[in-house]
Amino acid sequence: MSTLDDNAKAIEDNAEGEEVAISSPEINIKEQDNGAGGPVILFFIVGLFASLIVGWIIFPKLLYSKKRQPIDFNHRLHIAEVEDECESCHFFREDGTYSGVPKLEQCVECHEEVQGNSPDEIKFVEEYVSQDREVPWLVSSKQPDNVFFSHVAHVKVAEMECVTCHGLIGESESLKVYEYNRITGYSRDIWGKSIGGFKKNTWDRMKMDDCAECHEKETAGIERTDVKTPLGRLFDNLIAISFPGMEMPSNKGDSVQTERDACFVCHK
Amino acid sequence: MKIDRRSFLSFLIGGAAGTTLSPLPWKLMDDSAIWTQMWPWTPVPEDGESSYVNSVCTLCSGGCGITIRKIDDRAVKIEGMKGYPVNDGGVCLLGLSGLQLLYSPTRVKGPLKRVGKRGQGKWEKISWNDAISEVAKTLSDLRSKGQSHTVGIISGSDRGTVPRLFDRFLTAFGSPNLMLTPSIQDSYELTLHLMQGVQALPGFDFENTDFILSFGSGFIDGWGSPVRMFRAHSNWRSTGAKVIQIEPRLSHTAAKADKWIPINPGTEAALAMGLAHVIIKESLYDTNFVDNFSEGFYDWKRLVLGKYGPDSVATITGIDSTTIIALARGFARASKPLAICGRGQGTTPGSLHECMVVHALNALVGSINSNGGVFAVNGTEYVNWPEVEMDGIAAAGMQNERLDEAGSKKYPHSRYLLNRFPAAVNSEEKYPLQALFVAGANPLYSMPDSNAVKKAFAKIPLVVSFSSYLDETAQNADLILPNHSYLERYEDIPLPAGLLKPVIGLSRPVVEPQFNTRHVGDVIILLAKALGGNLSDAFAWDSYNACLKETLGDKWQTMVEEGFWSDPYFNTKDLETSFDTISGKFEFANQDNGFLPQFTPVKIQGDEKSYPLVLIPYDSIRLANGFIGDPPFVIKTVEDTVLKGKDVFVELNPKTARAYGLREGQRAMLSTPKGKANVKIHLFDGIMPGIVALPRGLGHTAYDDYLAGKGINFNELIGPVEDPDSGFDAAWGIRVKLAKA
Repeated sequence: MSTLDDNAKAIEDNAEGEEVAISSPEINIKEQDNGAGGPVILFFIVGLFASLIVGWIIFPKLLYSKKRQPIDFNHRLHIAEVEDECESCHFFREDGTYSGVPKLEQCVECHEEVQGNSPDEIKFVEEYVSQDREVPWLVSSKQPDNVFFSHVAHVKVAEMECVTCHGLIGESESLKVYEYNRITGYSRDIWGKSIGGFKKNTWDRMKMDDCAECHEKETAGIERTDVKTPLGRLFDNLIAISFPGMEMPSNKGDSVQTERDACFVCHK
Repeated sequence: MKIDRRSFLSFLIGGAAGTTLSPLPWKLMDDSAIWTQMWPWTPVPEDGESSYVNSVCTLCSGGCGITIRKIDDRAVKIEGMKGYPVNDGGVCLLGLSGLQLLYSPTRVKGPLKRVGKRGQGKWEKISWNDAISEVAKTLSDLRSKGQSHTVGIISGSDRGTVPRLFDRFLTAFGSPNLMLTPSIQDSYELTLHLMQGVQALPGFDFENTDFILSFGSGFIDGWGSPVRMFRAHSNWRSTGAKVIQIEPRLSHTAAKADKWIPINPGTEAALAMGLAHVIIKESLYDTNFVDNFSEGFYDWKRLVLGKYGPDSVATITGIDSTTIIALARGFARASKPLAICGRGQGTTPGSLHECMVVHALNALVGSINSNGGVFAVNGTEYVNWPEVEMDGIAAAGMQNERLDEAGSKKYPHSRYLLNRFPAAVNSEEKYPLQALFVAGANPLYSMPDSNAVKKAFAKIPLVVSFSSYLDETAQNADLILPNHSYLERYEDIPLPAGLLKPVIGLSRPVVEPQFNTRHVGDVIILLAKALGGNLSDAFAWDSYNACLKETLGDKWQTMVEEGFWSDPYFNTKDLETSFDTISGKFEFANQDNGFLPQFTPVKIQGDEKSYPLVLIPYDSIRLANGFIGDPPFVIKTVEDTVLKGKDVFVELNPKTARAYGLREGQRAMLSTPKGKANVKIHLFDGIMPGIVALPRGLGHTAYDDYLAGKGINFNELIGPVEDPDSGFDAAWGIRVKLAKA
């Protein structure tokens, strides 16, 4: 990694100690390697690894904070008791809207009195049921407000399984610790447990790309040359600005995911 | 091993390379994008089960049915109720902004007792029990001293169970001093009383009329029941009904009319007399009605033909005689003509004569109790409680004359004269008022001559406000006993303004009370019970809701199901039986007291020399000027030529402006005999020269930052002018001086 400057400096140094310079030029070169090149590579490697450690290990620890759910809940136990699987509690209302996390009202149907002797059950009845307070559940799958998502379209119309997006939560015996992003305030489950964004299962992540993955598959084996990509959109806009009034090729729509106009099918 | 600059740089480069290969920058980029969507002020709608509740809006006297959308327990949207006889699905700007009142930071969250000076804004929280027993103690002291008549109540309405409870309370307590926020309804009520002998309110058949002659009524600026008027107005466009607007200023209503006739302000009655002159002279009147169903026509005819020829009327009104004649012919020849009055939104009763003359015009063309005309509607008989048994103190108290002298020898026909109340308190001629209760009204804002009203309030030792919001009156009260807001309580809302048939709407709770408030009806019942004796006997109900249910009887179930009740048998079209006068007919001249409707000029305050111009108010649907101030959504819609920042604009004709050397946007000092205000000038060709117009509904000192401190309260600049016949406030303006500031 020696440079011209380094060489010049070495020559200058040598001029001071002429003897050394004359007697062993090879050593001088060797010294250059050891004295400058070695540490430079070493420091590069140290910097590289340090930042990789920061980025992959420390950063997620700093980014996410942990909260415990107000009380624990056993999905496996409940699902064995009910007839209609997930929809027994997470049901659709008459108007097709999705009820989401059950309200106290539903729980009270069975849990008016303490059942069994689990401390969470006692806490639930004493602190919430008898005081008529809603349990402030922390919802791992909560999406930002600018996303429209219709459960009925996916579950009833497209007949998707809950598990496809929500994973095996129905088989869990206790709720996992809720991790939320300190910057955005949303659950870690949206980005996914893996900080690198890698996923093994369909339910590992809930970002837009994950929606798109399925939508691209489902909506087409269609050749979508007629749909603008973001880059194509940029070029089109540039052309529109540079040559106003020019006829643009007609498109199906701007969104790769929906083949419709703009982003406002899924976004506010 | 040497650590030098090179090593450090390579460490950084390594770090940069490593960072790029780690998720850190990419994840941070994504997170910061999401973070920007998460500003704390970005409203995020509630998610939950949606449901709808039907109720009735009580923010003005329009009485529209509303449907409120809720998500779980939160009200999220107000819409007009479909099928409601007043508005059938429509809603106005104020009505749909009502949630900003329900969830407003200016709500009074529980009973408050003043600790600082009046109006200083220092309050201490007090329990309901303490508050009620404190009031009860003061009242019972007054009673034991024989001063029961020194207690007064100012109410926003006198119809329905809540105002009747106030009335009943005062009767049982021994005070005649129930007062009402005045409006054009008072004038109409008295007109119907004097000309038709009935105690009723006017119902106008706007849906069927084909010629509307409006003497300054801003029917799309908030007059009557606003939403019904919008619909009627749109309907006129499609049916081709003719709309004539007579007023000195090109209001929104005038701009939308077929013809706008500018008139010298205050001379509307003269024009009406002039129109009558032409109609009678040319025999264009409805002979069937006049000959068979009216009395006193010839007395009135003599007066009309004698003094009100088109030429003399032209001199008074500033409208040329050919226009007057053409207008009269157009009105009389229309098949279903209708004349209406009440300037702007109709917030002042105006001159009684003016209202009677306009009503006489309707009679002349046979538009009384006929399709497209005016009907007398009464529908409050359902509040039919056993008579109050008065004890000695109550009977003695009720012997006293009212402080405002309504119903006295001087004003025998008027029922309430709130405009006379401040002067009566300030002059101390009669008796000092010891306690005043205010409900559904904001007199410190909405009464003319604010300074005199303030002075009068300062003389009353105990002022109690029932307001749900910290409005001007509540700010200056000693105790605030907050009512549930209108979306949290039951109440019967009878007789929506101007409707053709008796309808009782049911205002009902949309959400649970958000704060520690109580229904004013319950508070009155509790007060009566605390006072004991005949008062507690007169208020035997357990609660207001029990009282309401019992009063409505079998109507209750219908109202709960439908949202309203309307009388299926109501019919006033029979002219033989609809008049209850001495003659049994419509009386152009009152056969009892010889009262003849005519033009009686109302002299406004201020001399012409010191105050060369005339100031008139104007109303807009975007400015609420009653006991409710504009919520934030509504004030945001006010145009920049009306209000900019905190400055209000007065409208001035360019000619007048030139004479005073004033330019558009320039600041000016406006002074009237009652007060001064710093305003900005807006040049407007749509206003007659010599006239200055200022919007009503601004200049609040209370409510939130969106409203408080913006513009000028017109009431600070004007004083009441008493109508000699009724005692009503007949002021239509005040003389004014403009100078560059």
